[in-house]
Amino acid sequence: MSIIGEKGVRRILLVTAFSALSALLLIALFIINEGVPFIFRYGLRDFLFSSEWKPAEGRFGIFPMLAASVWVTLGAMAVGAPLGIAGAVFLSEFAPKSVMRIIKPAIELLAAIPSVVYGFIGVMVLAPLIRSSLGGPGLSILAGSIILGIMILPTIMSISIDSLLAVPQSFREGSLALGATTWQGVYLVIVRAAKSGIIAGVILGMGRAIGETMAVIMVAGNAVKIPDSALDSARTLTANIALEMSYATGMHRQALFATGVVLFVVIIILNSLATVVIKGKVARR
Amino acid sequence: MQLKFSIHNLSVFHRQQRLLKLHELRIPAKEIMSVIGPAGSGKTTFLRALNRMNDLEPDFRAEGQVLLDREDIYQPGFDVVRLRRKVGMVFALPIALPLSIYENVVYGPRLSGVRYSKRLDELVEKSLKASFLWDEVKDRLKTSGLRLSGGQQQRLCLARTLAMEPDVILLDEPCSGLDPISTAKIEEALTELKDAYTIILVTNNTKQAARISDNTAFFLMGELIEVGPTKQIFTAPREKRTDDYIVGRFG
Amino acid sequence: MRISARLAQRIAVTILGGATLVTLLALVYIVFFVLEKGLEVVSVDFLLSDSRDMGRAGGIFPTLIGTVVLPLLALSIATPLGICTSVFLTEYTLENRITRIVRFGTDCLAGIPSIIFGLFGFIFFVMTLGMGWSILSGGLTLAVMVLPTIIRTSEEAIKAVPRSYRDVSYSLGATRWQTVKKVVLPNALPGILTGIMLGIGRSIGETAAVIFTAGSSLRLPHSLFDSTRTMAVHFYILAREGISTENAYGTAAVLIISVLLVNLAAYWMMNRFIAKRS
Repeated sequence: MSIIGEKGVRRILLVTAFSALSALLLIALFIINEGVPFIFRYGLRDFLFSSEWKPAEGRFGIFPMLAASVWVTLGAMAVGAPLGIAGAVFLSEFAPKSVMRIIKPAIELLAAIPSVVYGFIGVMVLAPLIRSSLGGPGLSILAGSIILGIMILPTIMSISIDSLLAVPQSFREGSLALGATTWQGVYLVIVRAAKSGIIAGVILGMGRAIGETMAVIMVAGNAVKIPDSALDSARTLTANIALEMSYATGMHRQALFATGVVLFVVIIILNSLATVVIKGKVARR
Repeated sequence: MQLKFSIHNLSVFHRQQRLLKLHELRIPAKEIMSVIGPAGSGKTTFLRALNRMNDLEPDFRAEGQVLLDREDIYQPGFDVVRLRRKVGMVFALPIALPLSIYENVVYGPRLSGVRYSKRLDELVEKSLKASFLWDEVKDRLKTSGLRLSGGQQQRLCLARTLAMEPDVILLDEPCSGLDPISTAKIEEALTELKDAYTIILVTNNTKQAARISDNTAFFLMGELIEVGPTKQIFTAPREKRTDDYIVGRFG
Repeated sequence: MRISARLAQRIAVTILGGATLVTLLALVYIVFFVLEKGLEVVSVDFLLSDSRDMGRAGGIFPTLIGTVVLPLLALSIATPLGICTSVFLTEYTLENRITRIVRFGTDCLAGIPSIIFGLFGFIFFVMTLGMGWSILSGGLTLAVMVLPTIIRTSEEAIKAVPRSYRDVSYSLGATRWQTVKKVVLPNALPGILTGIMLGIGRSIGETAAVIFTAGSSLRLPHSLFDSTRTMAVHFYILAREGISTENAYGTAAVLIISVLLVNLAAYWMMNRFIAKRS
């Protein structure tokens, strides 16, 4: 250290601190560099809203994929959010502390399972189930939504539990002292108090759902077609990129990067939204 | 009588609020000066100004002169690290580092480059003896410092500070959480140490101040109200406020 | 129809508890299903022999190598960078514009989907820097992916070190770096290690980013510039191309067990850390 000295140490640390930021900028730079010129050349409106994705003929409309991403994500939220929040409320407010202390880490552990495994289960178990009971090809938006929902559940549950636990105990005691049942206290006071944390968790879950690739490729069917029903096969934006990237060249490849740009933008908006929601809560306090 | 500290027009601010305003204070060397006063009177802020620990807090600012051996420690470019080796501090809560007793004591000396293990052993024995802890721990120097009782940990902290061989020892209410026996042991240690060290002791226990200190300074609401020989302060204080506090009319 | 408050509570708890149970069961089912089918295939032979016939026969040894080497490379890059960043953020600056920007960058990086990392790694490491599909490209890409995790957990671990420890160190005349090196980091170590384990766990399971950067060669890699296949990628290819359902299950089983072990290690370490504090 005598060689470098305190000032030197500080400088080195300052430089490394910007590594994450530089990486982010680098990523943004390269993705944008590959994708944006294409958007300008092809036209943003056609790119986003045309439903013709035929790379061989030079047509690059990603609307079917956009629609698929939206549907699958909404579906995943419909599965993941209620279960996640319900589980969180149960574990933090009604279950004994010992139970919560085992189950919360257990669920987080299970969340570490790679997405490809979830996808595989979807293919081997869920899709045939859907096909036999509800019809359709089985590999569908429904399958994708369910699998994705299960995947983002732990995120939503974990963040919601943390938010609920952060609500001061005095709120609960005050409610009980007024003669309310625990449940009444929960839905009248506690959940409302934890609202912004829970919403932030849901938004984060949404971000994960939109960005998920491998599991969706395996179970959602990947047909390039605007989905009519939940039983239809569909291809999300992420699936599209992953499936065609290995053999795409020239404009086709650029179109895929442009899709990446769209994804990138959406995620950054969602993340900023989550941050604003959390900050809003802090500011109000 | 030699002066260790000579303080002129010291003010300490936190953001815009002035926490301490001190016109003049002389601290003699190799004597115990106790600093008394009710909570919030600026005693700790004053103490921490003497080894510039206030600098570590954001939004703290100090103005004025603090002369240590006639050098102003607040002059620009002053070596703060050297200052803190010369002016040691024992805190209110015993803070043993999660290390062995031996490692706790040698932490400071190691930082200033002492490597020779025989020298370190000597330092450990000398410091622990001076803080009246040696007999109790000499067989288990390698065990964790956290296993000691509160009183023992505080003496360990004293030993740790002594191992730096400072000139000055600052103590911030060191006995506040301790039982009477531990308190007595620390007071005994301080009384012996003053032959070699200048000791400044912040205490909210006026009887302790009366017991062991040579001089006493009384602070109230961020200002130095009165300072003088302990005997005089406790029997015939000049200020009424001093008398009120000592007698217990307010606390 | 008015339901008494007590009854309403009982209904609510039943529904909520049911939801929790469903969640737990779904997740546990997945694990057991894969393990049951997969462990039949797994044997020492399976783990240690080379892959033959595009994975139809033989073992998964090359993928084991890939699965070990890639996270190793990634973490050796991300860990020093991440720790330095978190040390800087907590010990060397106050909360100001710089720290807010760095944090924002880290949070954004954390939220980027893995496919985008795959795209980036492909265009930057594989193509622009000319590293080709290789362990190097894959490792560097994974390093960037895992960096936010390391930064976040390190920061938490460092913040958890009691302020009093720092006070003591400074009061003994230590410089800032000495305090960090001798007091803060050693005490934050378990928390930091937890973060590293989590990063490893994430890298092991990562597919999209790896496939476009490290490629999918089934040959044993001999240098950093060789392409390699991780277990996750192998599993994906086996499953999707329908090459061998059996071996797919087997690979998945090994994959799940590895990930679970690493994460369990992380939890165990975290618990020891918390226990030591109190």
